[in-house]
Amino acid sequence: MEDTIAAISTALGVGAISIVRVSGPDSLDIVSKMFKGPDLKKVNTHTINYGHIVDGDEIIDEVLVSVMKAPNTYTREDIVEINCHGGISTTNKVLELLLTNGARLAERGEFTKRAFLNGRIDLTESEGILDLIDSKSDLERRVAIQNETGGLHRLIEKYRDKLKDVISHIEVNIDYPEYYDIEVVDDKKINDNIDYLIDELKKLIKESEGKRIIKTGIRTIIVGRPNVGKSSILNKLLNYDKAIVTDIEGTTRDTVEGEIYIDGVHLNIIDTAGIRKTDNVVEKIGVEKSLSLIDSADLVLVVLNSNEPLTKEDKKILEKTKDKTSIVVLNKSDLESHIEKDYLKGREITKTNTIDDNGIDTLKEKIKEMFNLDKIETVDYTYLTNSRTMSLAKSALKSLESAKKGAQTNTPIDLIEIDIKDAFDKLGEIIGVTYTDEIIDNLFKNFCVGK
Amino acid sequence: MNYDVIVVGGGHAGCEASLASARMGEKTLLITGNINNIADMPCNPSIGGPAKGVIVREIDALGGEMGRNADKAVLQIKMLNTKKGPAVWAIRAQEDKVVYPKEMLKTLKSEKNLDIKESLVEHLIVEDGKIKGVILEDGTEISSTAVVLTTGTYLKGMILVGSEKHSGGPHGERPSKFLSDDLKDLGFTILRLKTGTPQRIDKTTIDYDKTEIEKGDSTPLTFSFDNEIHYHVENQIDCHLTYTNEKTHEIIRKNLKKSSMYGGYVEGVGPRYCPSIEDKVVRFKDKSRHQLFLEPESNDSSNETYGNTIYLQGFSTSMPYDIQEEMVHSIKGLEHAKILKYAYAIEYDAIDSRQLKQSLETKLVEGLFTAGQINGTSGYEEAAGQGIIAGINAALKVKKKEPLVLKRNEAYIGVLIDDLVTKGIKDPYRMLTSRAEYRLLLRSDNADIRLRKYGHDIGLVSDEKYDKFKKKLSDIDDLTELLKETFINDNEDTNSYLESIGSSKITGGISLYNLLKRPEINMKDIKHFIDVPYSDEVFIEVVIEAKYKGYIDKELKDAEKMVKLENKKIPEDIDYEDIENIASEAREKLEKVRPTSLGQASRISGVNPADISVLMVYLKRKYNE
Repeated sequence: MEDTIAAISTALGVGAISIVRVSGPDSLDIVSKMFKGPDLKKVNTHTINYGHIVDGDEIIDEVLVSVMKAPNTYTREDIVEINCHGGISTTNKVLELLLTNGARLAERGEFTKRAFLNGRIDLTESEGILDLIDSKSDLERRVAIQNETGGLHRLIEKYRDKLKDVISHIEVNIDYPEYYDIEVVDDKKINDNIDYLIDELKKLIKESEGKRIIKTGIRTIIVGRPNVGKSSILNKLLNYDKAIVTDIEGTTRDTVEGEIYIDGVHLNIIDTAGIRKTDNVVEKIGVEKSLSLIDSADLVLVVLNSNEPLTKEDKKILEKTKDKTSIVVLNKSDLESHIEKDYLKGREITKTNTIDDNGIDTLKEKIKEMFNLDKIETVDYTYLTNSRTMSLAKSALKSLESAKKGAQTNTPIDLIEIDIKDAFDKLGEIIGVTYTDEIIDNLFKNFCVGK
Repeated sequence: MNYDVIVVGGGHAGCEASLASARMGEKTLLITGNINNIADMPCNPSIGGPAKGVIVREIDALGGEMGRNADKAVLQIKMLNTKKGPAVWAIRAQEDKVVYPKEMLKTLKSEKNLDIKESLVEHLIVEDGKIKGVILEDGTEISSTAVVLTTGTYLKGMILVGSEKHSGGPHGERPSKFLSDDLKDLGFTILRLKTGTPQRIDKTTIDYDKTEIEKGDSTPLTFSFDNEIHYHVENQIDCHLTYTNEKTHEIIRKNLKKSSMYGGYVEGVGPRYCPSIEDKVVRFKDKSRHQLFLEPESNDSSNETYGNTIYLQGFSTSMPYDIQEEMVHSIKGLEHAKILKYAYAIEYDAIDSRQLKQSLETKLVEGLFTAGQINGTSGYEEAAGQGIIAGINAALKVKKKEPLVLKRNEAYIGVLIDDLVTKGIKDPYRMLTSRAEYRLLLRSDNADIRLRKYGHDIGLVSDEKYDKFKKKLSDIDDLTELLKETFINDNEDTNSYLESIGSSKITGGISLYNLLKRPEINMKDIKHFIDVPYSDEVFIEVVIEAKYKGYIDKELKDAEKMVKLENKKIPEDIDYEDIENIASEAREKLEKVRPTSLGQASRISGVNPADISVLMVYLKRKYNE
């Protein structure tokens, strides 16, 4: 790792202070060039130093600079962290200065990658830390820390122990077939053990997917016919005084219009492009498209025009969203209501209008209430935090289901065991266990065999 | 005197090593303490079993002797695990302890490049890190290009019964006193291991009516792919089964302090899979009985050592004689049994197997190879499996050729050796099916398909045998094609037959190959529909491929990933101190083993995935620039 990297390590705009982190052999040189204050190259390691970031003669920001010299740092390289106070544009300017002075913009997760490559942390830990870096609110941070301290580790260990017992029992049957006193593992015994784990894994995956919203935000889609005021709701949300809107690049999330934080509630607003056009054909496609997006959403805001009777499209949207977490937003509620109330029975309703912002506050309260974030804060945060562990868990589940199927179709026990072992290995990968003889140890611990 | 290869020790490893070397054209000398004990079976009177039986088939496929020899000495033979999948089918035979060594000695004596000498080797001649020969107890020097040590339990061997302890081998032979010190001086780490063997009972003093009978299979079986049957199915000798009871356990508990193990008289580490009966009673308190097998040792009643004895499998102990008498007599059927030989434990020296290369050549001394118990394994089959590889590689060393190294996806022998050199051992190593990651690929039936070619390439398998093998391969292809092309229709005959064997009716037509995929359809049913002249050997391959293709493909895919890492070689001169960011535990372990590939490195315990990544990055930077 020869070059020096830099990046803004706090989520832009969240909180009053942004931290810009620099790591690499030239960290101190580079920051010194743009820092007015004590000589950073001479200060003690692990100290915080007051001063100013300057661009030539111009003062950019009043900052505190933390100096941490190798090797006792996160990446085991020299690290300098600049605590900026001046908001998004100043922070960006500081980063820009670092880059012009010789640092390279860090890739996503590169600090952690360096920590990993420099032998500082192992695989599970590094994933947890990636989450920590990416976390944007206290809640997210807490989830990330939980993983590091091994809540997930303990849970997966528990599952593996169960499988280990089943596997060593099958193994002893195979290697010591003449020991008639040892119970033979049959399909029923397999099922008894596996069914439990299939349920547990399913639960873990489901809960993890649920908790994903803490991390990546609530996937929110606004649907409705054209001209019902969808855009104005969207704009009001986006312009909400405390909300921060960031543009998200990339192809996989190209439908996301913006991320909004409202009092710690993190919404990802998903655009239903095309729906604003009034041309009939396009309108139809737009509605279809938004209907298909509804499935993947965590929250649906159904916008209706309170001043008009429900149309066929409105009813279709209401039907489609009736089992989803959704809020019906009755827009234009300052005008006379012509809507058929029967259709809205049992739905969460918020009234808004185009004149003032009161409705938005109610909407915000409702969202907080619905996602019950206060409650989530108190539960156990053990869950699969990233796509790698998630896909390993899913593939372990698949293997167990295949083992179960094998047990139902008279497949020989040693072949069923291939699937069970596969699940065992996949779970091991989640927590990054190394190659050991644990199954054989377990076999001789639990069964009495030998000359 | 001058030889190409000297093999020290005439046990199962030594026999295979010396035969392989001699058959590959090297002038070979086998030195053994007692010619009459060549290929002796000092412990259980059986060969084979799960995993072990597959090793015997592998030895045979490579052109070794154990399978052929075992086929000549069968007392009783069985296919185990037939209710489980083909990957764990395994042949096990009760062997005649008189016939087996006699036949092996005959084979050794008839080998033209092989001389046998009765003596003890006490020193090695090593110059500039290379082996030059051996020195016998009388001071005679014999020089050679390569030496294979297969010393079994004879390195400072020590017999233990209760508090008694005397140096010696299983039959009272003299052990080698200085060889293990020589090895230590050369830099080898010496381990002290222990194993044990149970009582031998006079077969005429057992009340068999109180025991359960164990018979052999009613269809003939062989270990060797030569398929030569030397026994009569109906003349197989029975084994018997009995159990310990609360009274036995009480005697053991009362006298625990008198056993060598629990009395603290043993320093060696015993095998986990071979616990003594006192271990079983102590560790499994809630078990009210333990199974014991009564196994005949020979059918030749004129033989003094083995002719009249029954091996009491499951009852190994290091209790003093008087307690053993009490223990044995507490058992049903053995109330009046006469003990001909008491159970004993034996302690011996072994080397740290991590000081070996995958070829079984030692890292410290060029041209010096080791195989069998000296490497920390236990079992005749494990010894023979290493013996043939050490013999082959000693011969290849003389020929200045690359060694033969079998991978983990190619043979149990490969798994065995890789485990030894990568992980090392704490207690004597026994092969178990669970040690193999790709068990479904390492089957008993396909050992020839996996290894015949290697055997032929190095010259251990004759052209004639190899042609026979190639014919088998083409027959497998032909039969597969034939079954894929042959369809049966939903006529009354077909469906009534299917119903009669508990299978469901067909509608329309189905190829025999697809019919074979049904779990309840086997070879016999296919033969009902089609009369073809293929052997069962050929049929079995087709049946397994048809039925278990999904599982086999999965293992093949996994194995491919493993081989990829295996092919990422680590240069021999790598300096682990030079890798800055590796965890210190990993650095230490890597330095100790000095793995030859990233694959091997990843199997070292204490080296975690992050260390492998660091190592990978380092290798890329350092050697690919």
